[in-house]
Formats: sequence, structure tokens, C-alpha cells
Amino acid sequence: MLSDPTFLAIQVLNGLQLASLLFLLSVGLSVVFGLMNFINLAHGTLYMLGAYIGLSLVRWTGSYWIAFAIAPLCVAAIGAVFHVVLLRRMQAASPMRQVLVTFGLIYVGLDSVRYFWGDYSHGFDAPDSLSGMVHLFGESYPAYRLFVIALGLGVLLVLYLALEKTRLGAVVRAGVDDSETASAIGLNVSGAFFLVFCLGCALAGLAGVVAAPVISIYPGMGISILISALIVVVVGGPGSLAGAAFGALLVGMVETFGQVLAPSYASMVLYGLMALVLVVRPAGLFPARARR
Amino acid sequence: MRAIQATIGVVGLMAAGLLYSPTAIAENPVKIGVILPYSGVYASLGGEITQGMELGFATYLNGAAEIELITEDSEVKPNVGLSKAKKLVFQDEVDLLVGPVASNVANALRDFVHSQEIPLIIPNAGNNLLTGERCSRWVLRTSFSNGQITRGMGPWLMEHGYDTVYLIAADYAAGHQMMDAFRETYTAAGGSVVGEAFPPLRDTKDFGPFFAQIKAIAPKAVFAFFAGGQAIQFVKQYDQFGLKESVKLTGAGWLTSPLYVHAQGTAAEGILGILNYVPGIDSPENHAFQAAYQAEYGRVASEFAVQGYDTARLIVEALKITGGDASDRGALVDAMHAVSFVGPRGLLRIDPLTNNIIQDIHVFETMAGAEGTELHVVDTLPAMQDARNGCTL
Repeated sequence: MLSDPTFLAIQVLNGLQLASLLFLLSVGLSVVFGLMNFINLAHGTLYMLGAYIGLSLVRWTGSYWIAFAIAPLCVAAIGAVFHVVLLRRMQAASPMRQVLVTFGLIYVGLDSVRYFWGDYSHGFDAPDSLSGMVHLFGESYPAYRLFVIALGLGVLLVLYLALEKTRLGAVVRAGVDDSETASAIGLNVSGAFFLVFCLGCALAGLAGVVAAPVISIYPGMGISILISALIVVVVGGPGSLAGAAFGALLVGMVETFGQVLAPSYASMVLYGLMALVLVVRPAGLFPARARR
Repeated sequence: MRAIQATIGVVGLMAAGLLYSPTAIAENPVKIGVILPYSGVYASLGGEITQGMELGFATYLNGAAEIELITEDSEVKPNVGLSKAKKLVFQDEVDLLVGPVASNVANALRDFVHSQEIPLIIPNAGNNLLTGERCSRWVLRTSFSNGQITRGMGPWLMEHGYDTVYLIAADYAAGHQMMDAFRETYTAAGGSVVGEAFPPLRDTKDFGPFFAQIKAIAPKAVFAFFAGGQAIQFVKQYDQFGLKESVKLTGAGWLTSPLYVHAQGTAAEGILGILNYVPGIDSPENHAFQAAYQAEYGRVASEFAVQGYDTARLIVEALKITGGDASDRGALVDAMHAVSFVGPRGLLRIDPLTNNIIQDIHVFETMAGAEGTELHVVDTLPAMQDARNGCTL
């Protein structure tokens, strides 16, 4: 099968599509994890909320693009409220307490979603303009999946430019290197981190809306993808944009090819990969900081 | 832990506007313990079965007996289901049990009810072993066995020209049992299985990798088993990959269950399914049932609701034979073996050799209808009966 070029091409695109979703999801998790030293297990819940809010917006307005634009903002607002009300207080707490609080939020999110949207699985369609097939490599491939890949690459580019070329990016980079010194010279580090947190939430919500036409919407969807996102963060290295991107690419490809070539070992390969990285490079493949 | 307690007696039936004659009421109500998932991944199925059962009792009881339902949440966990069963039997002293949805919970309950000699009526869990090697005089099933659902599709696909097929199913007992039963009859009829895959249950987010493989192999048809969220994903992605035009999608009917066929949109059209119940069955019994269910709950009744409905009717008909008395449990089980009726699914009875149901199995095709996708019956395989499969009742 591996010698069949069309099979290979489609599989690579499948891998890129999954990597793109994982990147959108894990970049926020990674940034919060790496920059703020904060483990937000409820990040998958934000992804789920993005999908459900998108579902309601699609039903209400009939337009995918309105959901695409609005749902991430709603999720960012929810994230902001949680940050102010709960997470800000937890920042100084021990990691165990952070884990417990955000773990609890997973269940709050799960039951809230069941309360408002019910137990049934839902779904909505890709917009008509993207519902067709695109012909390439002598094969046809769903246009919507190519859109997901392009979106992931676009977000990566924008984030890279924002981090390297803007003042906010400079503050964030300075804060990562040495938060206390950056504050001492008058940079508003906590304000910048708050914005970064909200942006991460918005991207998780975006991942939810974008994933919905491909996968179904159900109350446990945030939990099942959280594991993959955590592997991306660990493998790539917390806090680094390049880490999230390469981690997502690696996990996406391993999951995609593993499922078909060695279905019984697919998840073992993934966890083995994570274990190997932890042994050889405990800080991940692309650590945000050289020292800690 | 959340325990939902609902008590429905004759009072509830009066409230529903039904007549009953007080003279027919026995001294003690028949207590029925219900163990279904009301939380977790199968919560919606637990709800459907319960609603079907409530409608079944309201329709058929008519004062034949006084019953009391005590419901408990199994949480789809074997240990929770077992402790709830013990609570119902020892504390509430129920006369019989109904449940569960998932086969892993059913396996956990089986030895307990077998040793306690408490009748357990399974309204969903389809594991072949429960009415095969691990059958019990006390465990009856009103839903289906996994093999019973898919066995008929092998010869049917061959008759209709699909002589090469790719099998794909969720990687757990139900998926394997359904594929095994299909493979056996399909290859016996001369068909060849040209590929198969068992992606992990619930973990699989993307079926794209398998679709690339199916495209490369190019079989005449795909025979699939997925349910719930995975079924939605599978059907939508199958359509997005443009496979529907070249390779016929067929499968166990839960691919396009009425519970979520609307969520699949036009992707669900043109799929061949096989199942024990389809809302589109054209019979007076089914029309009456669907009308009553939709009036009560405002949506189309699914196969799960029917299984609950027929479970209630089986209990009522058996109680009519015993004179509303459930104290002699052996007599109650014997009465259930003697019952036979035409329900929404068709003619039903419990097979005394295995305790599994004998029922019609329906082949259907999904088509665009006035209110979304409709399931049209294209063939009915009558009185599908399981072999004993090691059961020695």
C-alpha cells in the first residue's frame, strides 16, 4: 500500500488535516502551560464549547461563517471569565491544586453541555462553497479538509509574526525568559499573559467549530481529544510555537499512518514516542527556554 | 452518585387519562427494577428505552396488574450496575429487573441474577454470549443478539450483486460479533471479503486513513458497524470523501439511527442498513405506536424506544397469564415464553431454547424525504432465530 502514491498522498493530507486541528487546539494549551506555568486540563472543554456554540449559531443563523467568526469570541469570553474568577487565584497554587480545579471544570463543562444541548450527538455541515471535492495528485480530496489544513498554516503564520514582530509578542517573549525582570522594567507581563490566555481559548473554540463538520459533536468530545493535545504539548515542548506546530505534525502523522498500517499498535507507538521524548529531551523537542 | 428514582404506578396511568378497574388489582404491586444508563455515553439510549417502556405500560396495562417501576442509573459501569442490581433486589425487593444497555454491564449482572433467580429482561445489550454460552433461564432478551442483526445481510448483498466487500467496525465485542456473523453467511454465499479494519471504539476521530485504503482496494460495497457519535462521523466523512458514488455504503442499521440521522444531513442518503426496527415499517401496529410516541414525546421513536415498548408489553402479557402475580418467578419466566404478539417490529416471541427474541429483521435504504432523511424498508427477513450457540436451556 505504501508504494501506491495516491494512497500515500491522501494519507499525508489526512495527517496534515489532523495536525492542523491539533495545532489549533494545543497552541493555547502549550502557551498557557509553558508561559504561565499553568496546567489547564479544561482546555478540551473549551474546544467542546466552541463546537456546541457553533452548532447553536448554525441552527440560529443558518450560516457556517457566522459560527466560524462568533463562536471563538464566545469561547474567549468564557475563558476570560474563568480566568478572572477562578484561574487567576490558582496561579500561585501548587500544580496539584491547579490540576484538580481544572479537572473539576471538565465535569462542570460536561454536565452544562448535557443540560443545554442534551445527550444526543449532533453535527453541522461544511459551508456549500467547501463541501465539494478538489482534484489533485490524480485523486479527489474533500475541499473542507484542505481548508482546515490552510487554516492551520495561516494561524501558525499569524502567530509567528505576532510573536516576533509586535510589541505584545516582545512582552510575551520577555515574560517567558524572565517574568520578574520584565515586570521590574515596567512591562505589563500579567496583562499580556491574560490576552494570550484568551487568544488560546479562542483558538480552542475555533478548533471546535472547524472540527464539527468533520467529526460529530457529543458531550465527551473534549476529553477524548485532550489526551492527544497533551501529547502534542509534551512532545513539542511547552510554551513554544514551533513545538506546538511540530508536535501536532508528528502526532497527526503517527495517528493517521498508525491507524492503517499497524492498527493494533497505533496508540502504543504514540505513547512510546512521548516516553522516548521525555527520556531523551525532557523539555520537549522545541523548548521555549534553554534554562529553567 | 446520581440516582434517579421514578415511581410509576396506577396513579400515573390515571393521570395519563387511562381507565382501569380497581377490582383487578392484586394486593401487592409488581415491583420492576430498571437499570439503565441515565448518565455517560449511553444516557440518550437509557432515556429512549425508559420512555418506550412507560408508553408500553400506559398502553397495555389497563389494570391487568399494579406495577411499580424503580429506576437506577447504571452509569454504563459494570460495578455500578451490579451494585444497583443488588440494591434493587435486596433493599427494594423487586420481582424482576429490566436492563441494561451495554453488554459489559449485562455481563456483570448475569451471574448475580442467575444465582438469585431473579428474571432479567435485557432491552438492548446484544452480546451473543448472553443468549449463547452464558445463557441463563433467568436472562431473557427483547432486543437482539449482535449476530442476529447482521447475519441476514450476507446473502442479501450477494443476491443484489455486491460480491466484494470491505468490513469496518468499532473494535469491541459488538463490532467483532457483527462482522463475524456477516462474514460467515457472506462467504458461504460466495462473496469475498477484500479487506477489513477495526478502528478503536470512541477514540477514532478521523476515518480518512481507512477511506484512502478503501479507495485503493475499490470493493463493491462497505459493510460497517458504528453507533452514536462515531456513526455520525463515519457517515459524514464517507460522503465528504466522495466514496458514496463509487462504493455502496451498507451496514448494521445504527449507522443511520433515527436518533441522529438528522445530524448527518444529506450524507445519510443512499445507505443500505439492516436492523430489527425501522420507523418506516408499514403496519398498523407500527403506525399506532409511532403516532402515540410522537404525540407523547414529540419525536420519531427509535429502535431503542421500541425495545423498551415491547419489553413493557412482554411483561404485561406475561402478568396477564399469571393473574398479575410475580411472586412465583419460574412461573413468570414460563409465562414470558408462552407470550407471542405483533408489535411495531412485527411478530415477536422469546425463544425458549436460548431466551433470545425471535423477530423480523428489516433491510432498509435511506432516502431524502419531506422532513429530512427517511428510512424505507426494502426487504424483511422473517422470524430470524439464533442457533443455540452453546446454550443448554
